[in-house]
Amino acid sequence: MTDRITEIEREATAAIAAAATTTALEDVRVKYLGRKAELPNLLRSVAELAPEQRAATGQAANRARHALEAAIEQRGGELAGAELEQRLVADRIDVTLPADPLPAIGRLHLMTQTRREIEDVFIGLGFTVAEGPEVETVYYNFDALNHAPTHPARLLTDTFYIKGDSDGVDIFDPEAALLRVHTSPMQIRAMESQPPPIYIIVPGRVYRPDSDATHTPQFHQIEGLAVDTDVTLADLKGTLLTFARAIFGPERDVRLRPHFFPFTEPSVEVDVSCFACVKGITAGGQRCSLCRGTAWLEILGSGMVDPNVLATVADNGYDPETVQGFAFGMGIERIAMLKHSVPDLRLFYDNDIRLLEQF
Amino acid sequence: MGSVLRLPLSWLHEYCAPALDAFALADRLAMTGTEVERVEAHGVSAVQNFVVGKVVHAVQHPDADRLRVCQVDTGDGQPSQIVCGAPNVAAGQTVAVAKPGAVMPDGTKLKVAKLRGQPSHGMILAEDEVSIGTDHNGIMVLPDELAAGTPLADVLPIATDVLLVEVTPNRPDCLGVYGVAREVHAATGAPLSPPPWSDDPHPRGDLTAVAIDVQCPELCPRFTARAFEDVTIGPSPAWLKARLMAAGQRPISNVVDITNYVMLLTGQPLHAFDLDRIAGAQLTVRAARDGETMETLDGQTRTLDHEMVLIADAQGPTSIAGVMGGARSEVQGSTTRVLMEVANWDGANVHRTSLKLGLRSEASTRNEKGLQPESALEAQAIAGRLMVELCGARPLAGTIDIGGDGPPLMTIALRDARVTGLLGIEIPRARSEEILAALEFETADTPDGLAVTVPAFRRADVTREADLIEEIARLGALEALPATLPSRHGASARLTDRQRLRRRAADALTAQGLHEIVGWSFEGPELATRLRIADRPVVELVNPMSADQSRLRVTLLGSLLDVGRRNRSRGAGAMRLFEQGAVYLPGAERRPAEPHHVAALLSGPVRAATWRDPGPPAADFFTAKGVLAGLLDTVHVSWSVEADAGSEPFLHPGRAARILLDGAPAGWVGEIHPQVAAAWDWSGAVAAFELDLDAVADRVGVARYADVTTFPEVREDLAVIVTDTVSAAEVLAVVRQTGGGLLAGAEVFDVYRDEQRIGAGNVSLALRLRFRAGDRTLTDEEVATRRRKIAAALTAQLQGRVRDS
Repeated sequence: MTDRITEIEREATAAIAAAATTTALEDVRVKYLGRKAELPNLLRSVAELAPEQRAATGQAANRARHALEAAIEQRGGELAGAELEQRLVADRIDVTLPADPLPAIGRLHLMTQTRREIEDVFIGLGFTVAEGPEVETVYYNFDALNHAPTHPARLLTDTFYIKGDSDGVDIFDPEAALLRVHTSPMQIRAMESQPPPIYIIVPGRVYRPDSDATHTPQFHQIEGLAVDTDVTLADLKGTLLTFARAIFGPERDVRLRPHFFPFTEPSVEVDVSCFACVKGITAGGQRCSLCRGTAWLEILGSGMVDPNVLATVADNGYDPETVQGFAFGMGIERIAMLKHSVPDLRLFYDNDIRLLEQF
Repeated sequence: MGSVLRLPLSWLHEYCAPALDAFALADRLAMTGTEVERVEAHGVSAVQNFVVGKVVHAVQHPDADRLRVCQVDTGDGQPSQIVCGAPNVAAGQTVAVAKPGAVMPDGTKLKVAKLRGQPSHGMILAEDEVSIGTDHNGIMVLPDELAAGTPLADVLPIATDVLLVEVTPNRPDCLGVYGVAREVHAATGAPLSPPPWSDDPHPRGDLTAVAIDVQCPELCPRFTARAFEDVTIGPSPAWLKARLMAAGQRPISNVVDITNYVMLLTGQPLHAFDLDRIAGAQLTVRAARDGETMETLDGQTRTLDHEMVLIADAQGPTSIAGVMGGARSEVQGSTTRVLMEVANWDGANVHRTSLKLGLRSEASTRNEKGLQPESALEAQAIAGRLMVELCGARPLAGTIDIGGDGPPLMTIALRDARVTGLLGIEIPRARSEEILAALEFETADTPDGLAVTVPAFRRADVTREADLIEEIARLGALEALPATLPSRHGASARLTDRQRLRRRAADALTAQGLHEIVGWSFEGPELATRLRIADRPVVELVNPMSADQSRLRVTLLGSLLDVGRRNRSRGAGAMRLFEQGAVYLPGAERRPAEPHHVAALLSGPVRAATWRDPGPPAADFFTAKGVLAGLLDTVHVSWSVEADAGSEPFLHPGRAARILLDGAPAGWVGEIHPQVAAAWDWSGAVAAFELDLDAVADRVGVARYADVTTFPEVREDLAVIVTDTVSAAEVLAVVRQTGGGLLAGAEVFDVYRDEQRIGAGNVSLALRLRFRAGDRTLTDEEVATRRRKIAAALTAQLQGRVRDS
């Protein structure tokens, strides 16, 4: 009996070695170790043998089966590896053919990207994002913001007015409707609805009748307002310095230049140090074209909230003797133009796909 | 925003002359609050080769009637030959000469030339040739005491830098040269000369040559008048003409030039009347009558109303107060008696009048800012002296002064603690005092700061402590200001849910390959006509820039179509665009509603063709619906659509649907009507949707966990044949209702029509049903039972035939 086992093992071992493919090897396995094969049958019938033969035969058959299984596994591994190798060679592609991408991701408009970037800086600084109506009234757009009745911005040449019942408009009527010329009216609306302290930014669309390379009749601003018991002009500078560094790079500096705005006192314009040059001279030794050699870029107007503005909302806790604060307003497109070297504001509203895809 | 004062540096230097060039001065002014728009060179840019010359002799040009050949001594030893065309040139004259090499104001460089065969070494100058006057009728004849060869720039103001000073509306005192000189003094520390009006030699007495009656003192706080006799009208001297030219004013005649000069110097407008042409020798300041007319100096007839103020004589209006004089009483060549009027007007009233008449003048731009009554007599003092000096005038004794000086000067308490508290930097009291004194504020110590008296010329601008702090900030704090952050007592910040929704919506669209555009809020009536929505109410502008920007949009579709067309005209093929922003819907209120919409437009291949897939399918209704689903499913709102053939006339009636959120309409999705698309030069399907994001925001839910792993899902397919008037939504509604809690989901995965096999007018929908229980593995029997019930319900309710699988 054990002789037969030895013979089967020898035969099978030869067949395993001779198997040239994984399919042939599987045939070998079925033939020698399958359900109907001789060796497993032999093992199953050990019980029928004479007691003295059982142990020796059983052990021999088991050993042979384990040996064959190991041989098949090893041979199988060799064959599978070789076959995979062949298949991979056959699967060769021309890697220089053009790509076939998944549907391309679209882009947010540069204005939106810039707006989000700015919003996120100020959210980090503790400013809530508030939004207000674009069609405003003379009261919120001018009167409450301490604009003198003679302020030229009120003129039909500087502000779009909305038709009411008639075709004309009385620009001195506080209730007359207009397209807001700045996001500042929301200063008043926000303070009307929330007592101090208040820290908000107001992004949004604003309108002025103007059109050239740096003006479009509609554009976007971000207003900032911080009113508390102890907010100072130095805090304004620090806040805008943080903003400028976040947007234009950690090396930036800011400077405040005195100016006049009706709704702030003192009023300042804020310049950020030019990021394209050193003191007005580019790396190539040329006069910087971005800052025109001045080393500074004007980015926004700001100041300490005028007591008259606070007085309009004094009933809601904004007594100018007890609270104070700063306000600022910047053009989103202007920030984007500076940062991304966009030469003409009108390009923002042209929406050329080739341009949209650049950002 | 502000007005611009053209400030010749040479004129400024008469009152304050810091050791800074024009550009350094402009920088310093900018850093202390006076913006200089730019610096211009007036006259010649280089003074070399402009000299005084003596005409040694002049003879007729042999070949030209109008030319003379002159020998001119220019101090070089040898006279030069210069050919001159001026009729007044003559031997013995002292003249201004530009020698070869001189660069003229227009930039041309003078060369030796031949005129009709005669060489000419330069040019004898007329005043307009060096921009110091407008006269070109003859050459300038200079005083004989000047030596030949003297640099011309020493004699005539042929070159000066001009600062274009941008004066903010709060600083009308800087609309005059002396006002800016005060600022320059405060900003640089250079000494300031006493004001040019400090000496007023006008004889005292009673002026009776004219009677003045001010009937509306609230609109005319001060009216002053002085009279002059023996006036000789003529051209102004060279220095005055040159100053006016550099400051941007055309010289006219000595009297008019004096009024302009004094206005430019003090900021206070003046008006000169021909005293003999004031009818009845009386002037009345009164409100105009509605419909009253007068002819202004510019020759126009103006119609006035009762809110306007005028100055009238016995024959009627002679001036519109503070805006412009009238032609009737104008000074002219024959004038010998002049009434100099300097008045103070209510700024707001002048502003309204100037607006209503569409009439702006140098006077109105100053008067409308609200000037101070004190400056009226200041202007009179300078004008009176010049009338005597330049016109040979004899002043009549006395000054009419109705109204007098302005209210008493205001004293404001300035607290040291407040200065530091507002600015965030310690400013010593002595420093505050020093800054305020340089600005001509008077100060006195108080226990906690200073009592500050505001000079009259800053009366309107500085009325509060904060205004004083601004003065200190701009001159003494800004440069050294530290950068700190607010202490922010407990305030915290985040985006609102609505703002986060907008960001997620936009991100969901870009993730699906759409590019965001930013369109105009404006549109024109023509766009509404093309969209077939001309009957919808819109918000209209009073003063649009153009007809196609004359109203506010009611849909985002217009700008998407416009941008689509523009891009296609530039060669773009497929279009996958979206926009978000307000639309403006008029309602009962004066202000319209401004819901925040998002809209998308898709046409052409849904993805770029590649070598493996050269013909990807074109976008259609279902593409737009799919993009919409991508958006709404991302933000977890439950939504559906229902066919809506008529609501949006710009949509294909068979491919239009209303978007429903919990059954409430919130927008539309569809293919653009082919004729509407054609109006944008579009053929082929253009699919789009527009959604009210504010309506979405109200319904955004919080996603809840659903167990999908503990017990397996059982999938069953089911095909049902219904007539094609039955919508997929109706079929699914029956399925869901019947499927009950065990039905985890049901989707249509195939749609099949075949006249032969399922009959005309029928459609076969293949449904995938997913069953799951939360607490057990479903048995085959349970699922089969449920499926049978669904099949039965489809037959019973929709006459559906279920093909058994």
